[in-house]
Amino acid sequence: MIVTNIETIPHKEIVEHYGVVSGSTVRAKHVGRDLMAGLKNIVGGELKGYTELLSESRDEAIDRMKTQAKKLGANAILNVRFSTSSVAAGASELYVYGTAVKVV
Amino acid sequence: MGMIDIIIFITLVLLGYVVGSVLERRHYQSIRQREEEFLALPTIALKTPLNGATIIDTRLVMGSTVISIDYFKKILASLRNLFGGNVAAYETLIDRARRESILRLKESAKDADEIINIKIETSSISKNTQGNIGAVEVLAYGTAIYRKKV
Repeated sequence: MIVTNIETIPHKEIVEHYGVVSGSTVRAKHVGRDLMAGLKNIVGGELKGYTELLSESRDEAIDRMKTQAKKLGANAILNVRFSTSSVAAGASELYVYGTAVKVV
Repeated sequence: MGMIDIIIFITLVLLGYVVGSVLERRHYQSIRQREEEFLALPTIALKTPLNGATIIDTRLVMGSTVISIDYFKKILASLRNLFGGNVAAYETLIDRARRESILRLKESAKDADEIINIKIETSSISKNTQGNIGAVEVLAYGTAIYRKKV
């Protein structure tokens, strides 16, 4: 599965398209990470726990999007976009969407 | 009671100021150094690849960072709110997060010939279950272009 955020794949031709596919996850942090973040908040700097958490969730969302595209019979997803929104205190939603196509 | 509160507050502010500014200086040092290392890898916001050899692979690449503000700057920023104007404390915070994310993006695609259609997304993580935290998440993503080696 080729995934890109440009609109074409160089040297390849789009033969069919299957519309928009998307994947999302809503994740909350666990207490340990949350506590560390609270401490880190005094001196500032990177919150590694949160960075990891968000990138794991984003990978999960991409996997879900790929599964959906595979089911449709696509072999590439083009023009992928990410969006993040905070749903409630301590939880955020990671959403990824793109266009499923077949390229040769 | 009141006295202890004031002492805790002052300790937090001092701790935030001293440790926070040391950490920030170190971070900027490492950012500048790594930015120089990666100068050879063009990272651009164009949608079309540059001219060059045949492209053999295209891949989505990402880099992200969550950075929190320190206690001293938090207080400084809330004072700023009274008078208005530039909140320099937050400017450096977001600047660090963006540059770090772009560097991580580049680090994840070291062998690429260029990275095109860069998008940068910022979201604030303002609350956890305990209370307020002032942190931003920056995600940088783009398409890595791999060319046939000549």
